Parts: sequence; C-alpha cells; structure tokens
Amino acid sequence: MARIDLVDLAHSYAGNDADPSSFALKPTSMTWRQGGAYALLGPSGCGKTTLLNIISGIVRPSRGTVLFDGGDVMALSTQQRNIAQVFQFPVIYDTMTVGENLAFPLKNRGLPRAQIEARVAEIARLLDLTPVLGRKANRLSVDAKQKISLGRGLVRADVAAILFDEPLTVIDPGLKWELRSKLKVLHRTLDLTMIYVTHDQTEALTFADTVVVMHEGSVVQTGTPEELFVRPAHTFVGYFIGSPGMNVLPAEVEGRQARIAGHLLGLDKSYGALPAGARIEIGIRPEFVDVATPAPGLLSAEIERIDDLGRARFARLRMGNLKLAARMPKGLSIAGSAAGLVFDPAQIHVYADSRRVEEAA
Amino acid sequence: MEKIPNQKAWFLVLPVFALVAFSAVIPLMTVVNYSVQDTFGNNKFFWNGIGWYQELLSPSTELGGRFFASLWRNLAFSAIVLAIEMPLGIVIALAMPREGWGVAFSLVVLALPLLIPWNVVGTIWQIFGRTDIGLLGYTLHWLGSDYNYVASPLDAWLTIIAMDVWHWSSLVALLCYAGLKSIPEAFYQAASIDGASRWAVFWAIQLPKMKRVLLIAGLLRFMDSFMIYTEPFVVTGGGPGNSTTFLSIELVKLALGQFDLGKAAAMSIVYMLIIIIVCWVYYTVMTNAGEDRGSARGGP
Repeated sequence: MARIDLVDLAHSYAGNDADPSSFALKPTSMTWRQGGAYALLGPSGCGKTTLLNIISGIVRPSRGTVLFDGGDVMALSTQQRNIAQVFQFPVIYDTMTVGENLAFPLKNRGLPRAQIEARVAEIARLLDLTPVLGRKANRLSVDAKQKISLGRGLVRADVAAILFDEPLTVIDPGLKWELRSKLKVLHRTLDLTMIYVTHDQTEALTFADTVVVMHEGSVVQTGTPEELFVRPAHTFVGYFIGSPGMNVLPAEVEGRQARIAGHLLGLDKSYGALPAGARIEIGIRPEFVDVATPAPGLLSAEIERIDDLGRARFARLRMGNLKLAARMPKGLSIAGSAAGLVFDPAQIHVYADSRRVEEAA
Repeated sequence: MEKIPNQKAWFLVLPVFALVAFSAVIPLMTVVNYSVQDTFGNNKFFWNGIGWYQELLSPSTELGGRFFASLWRNLAFSAIVLAIEMPLGIVIALAMPREGWGVAFSLVVLALPLLIPWNVVGTIWQIFGRTDIGLLGYTLHWLGSDYNYVASPLDAWLTIIAMDVWHWSSLVALLCYAGLKSIPEAFYQAASIDGASRWAVFWAIQLPKMKRVLLIAGLLRFMDSFMIYTEPFVVTGGGPGNSTTFLSIELVKLALGQFDLGKAAAMSIVYMLIIIIVCWVYYTVMTNAGEDRGSARGGP
C-alpha cells in the first residue's frame, strides 16, 4: 500500500544523450494516490508501457526518481518494490497447478505453509478459482490464466500497487466485461492502488476513477472520465476520447468571438490576449453541435453522410474545406444536403498550440 | 455438381510410389527375404523360415550371444551419452549470450563439430588419443596415466564417449537455445516480481518451456547413438576384443565379414524394430508426461 510519486521522470531507449524530442517518455512528474484506480490511456507507442515498467522497476529511467510513500525506490529491484504486474499475455507456470501458481510468490518469500494455504484459498475465492485449484494451470482457458496472473499479484498481502499492462487484449469481448467488473470489485474490497494501461477508451473510462492520457511520451491530461469528456486539456484528448472525437477547427479568437472559415461564432467567455504566433483552434464535441434546418444567422454546412450509432445519429459535415461532426436531433430530417449548425457556446474550448486556454476572468 | 471419376490422378502419385518403392520398400523386402533363407556360394538359397530369428533371440546360441552382447553394449552407450549430452547441452544453452556479437560467435563455434564428416571426427579422435603423437594421449601419458585406448576397454569407452559428447552436445545445446529464446520476456519479469530464485526460474519456466525441444533432442540423440557406426569403427574398429562392438558394427561384421546374409538380415529387421519401438514408447511417454486429465483434486 503506497502513494507513488514520479519526480521529473524521463526515459530514452537510445540512451541519455539522445535528442529529447525522441524520448519514449518525456519529463513527467505526477502522484498516484494510495488506493486509487488509475488508467493510463493512449495509443500504441505513446510511452505508457515504458512508464509502467519504470514504476515496477523493470526499466531504469534515464532521468528522475520514483518515490513510494516518499521513499526513493530507484535502487530497489522489482521484487523489493513489492509491485505486482499483470502482463498482456497471461504468465503462468506450466508445470504447476493453479494453487501452486498462486502459492509461488509466497513460497519464494518463505512464508509458513499454513499461512500460504489460507491466503491462497482466500484469493482463489475472490477470483472464483476455487473449483480449479487442483488443476494444471496450462489446461485452463486464457481468461482463467489471466486471473491466475492477477491472483499471484494479489496473494501478497503487502503489495504496494498492482500494474496492469493491457491485460484484457487476448480475452474474448464477453469475458472482458466480466473481468473488468471483477477488477472493480477487487479494487473496492482490497483498497489497492491499481494502474491500468490500455489503449481502449471504454476500458479506461469504465475501470478508472482517474484517467491519465498520454500522447507522444507526455502526459497530456489527468482527470476523471467526466473532466476528460467535458474539458479536454489538449486537442489530442478531445480527439482520442469520445466517439466521434471532438471537432477541432482552426480559428481566430478575439475577446468573446471566434472566426472560423469566415463565420463569426459567439463564445461564452472572454479570452484576453492569446499567445502570439500560436496556432489557435477551437474545439467542440459533436454532442454539443446540433444540426438544424438552414436559417439566417446559423453557420451553414453541407452534409456528407449520417452515421446512425443507435443511441444517436451524427452527421458528418463539410464547411468550406473544414470537416466536422454534429448531432442530428431526434426526428429532424433535412431535405437536400444544406444544413445549419447550432453551437452550444458554453462547450466551446479555445486551444493555443493544442493546449486548452483558460478564459480571462 | 456431380463428381466425375477420374483415375488419371493415380498417375500424379505414381512417381512418389516408384521413388518410395525403390528407396525403401524394395530394399526392405529384400532384407526380409534374406532373413528367412540360408545362403551359400553361387547364389544358392535355402528356405529357413523363422530359424534365424529363433537363433538370434535366444542368448545361448552363438548368434544370439553376439547379438545380445552388442545390444546391451549399445544400450549402455546410448544411455551414457544421453545422460551426459542432455544436461550438458542445457547448461551450455543457459550460458550462451542472449544478444550482441557473442550470439553469432557461440553459434558458429557450436555448429563446427556438427559440420565435420563423421569419419573425419573418428580420425581426429583416433589421432588425438594416440599416446605417441596425439595431444590427449601424449599429455595423459606425460601426466603418468597408462591411458591406451587400443589395449584397455575402459579407455576405449571413455574415448568414444568423449568423442560423441564433443561431436553432439552442440546439437542439444542449439535446440535448447532455440527453446530458451522463444520464452517471452514477460515470464522472466513476472518471475522476478514473484521473487523467484534463479533455480526456481529454471525449474518453473525454462525447463518446462524447453520440454518440446528436449524431447526432439533426446529422440535424435537416441536414434543416432543407437545406430552409431563410423566413429567407433574408425577409432577402435570395435575393439579391444569386442568391447566397443556396437550393433551396427556387429551387423557389418556378420553381413560383409562372414557374408552370412540370412543372419545379418534377421538382425537388421530386429535392430530396426527395436529402434522404432523404443522411439515410439519414448515419444508417447514423454508427450503424456506431466499432463493431468483434468481431474480436480482441490487444495494447493
């Protein structure tokens, strides 16, 4: 059980002298609080596995320090850090039974036999593995194997944190739901810090109470699923989370007005002087743009196609050479391809060089 | 759609049939034919039924005595070289570098003995062990040993075993190395997280993952060592006495030395059957070993 602090951490697989822009993990500082359920979300190759392996001690960072409860653990091995890690592919010891697999970490630490048996029985019950305890582990299905991998982490009572590296990649979709809810239950029962790496936004948003979004080696936003949806701090977060992703449109912003493709758009807030020379964009989620019949005063756009997602319909539109998505209100049907757009001014965000600009007071 | 019977397809498999017939079936049947007959000069053949087989399989006869003596010798030889080469191969594979220039270097060095023709291997060791000019024999003499593989059966055995180990441990090592390389890194990471010792990693991960290649290596080494001919023939010629006369050497003595085609043919057939049966039993036992039948026994 521990709070984990990352202090100015950075890593390059090419060595310390490599060009800083090529770093797999760019300088990062953050805190994982004890008992939190975190998801580390980002596309493949964004540095999330590197970050995970640095925390567990498998990778030694080029720079920076990792603190567990304020104590420097850089000199400690993975085993000494008392971290549990579940990998993408289930790791099980083929020759052992399920019970022996679960007992293995405790046996290696020289615990008394009675204590091992009690603990193994308890974890097996939590993971619904009791009926197969005596079976050879390599004969079980892949989801049961993944549960065993997890169980070997949980079986140690004093584990500081459990790290998951895309643990559900090889699991069938139906069982994914089951395992994910199992993880939530475990998190609540055991009060453990869990860090869950994934590139699947649904997995991240349903598992975690705090989601950390990574992009090209940097953490671009840390927040609750709602914060990520409503106030994306970076255009990448807007684009990566939500389906369809956020509309990001180049714009000129002055005070309470934005100009996109020659149209003026009123903003809810006033923006003071924006950084000179920065690339200014506005972002708005398709959920907050409604398609309407063309009318004077509305932005006009041309409908290219309509995607019916079941719970909602989204129109793909073209405005000059800009493309955007917008919600089709229920029951609306538009003859022809010309449409008007109604923006919710409160939901428009302004971005300078991809980062969200806070409004002037 | 109705299928049209087209017997032309048989012509397509005909070449294979012909090839297998000439390479295997016909020679084998010739041997079977010899094994039930007695031969004299001028190509005279007399029907002998299963007489040779009866003689061969009863240790009290001259033929049976020779057969069983060389069979036990051969089984002992196979057991000894397997017992040395398998663990040695595993140890070499574990000690080999995983990356860097050392990989290519050690692979080349290990492959060298495998590339040498068998009679050259025999010649190398024949000279190596000579007490007058051979490095090994001369050094042992100089150290005060009375090592002499020409006179002492024990020394002859030690020389041939050392030669086989030198020649073939590389094969086991290379196969094991391939098995080790196929273990994903996550297994080692998980084991280190689980606090496994080096020894536990070997028993829980490396050995089980090498099981398949070890099975193949053991099979290959058994068959090869059980059929060994060239190297001991070159080094000791089966001697001193009959002490290194293995089955294949005995067979050649019988067939070409004494020209007893009937006896030799019967021995060939039994020899072949032994190899097939041993390999089948070995393979069946090894592939089933360690697999449970899904019975739930409960409890760790």
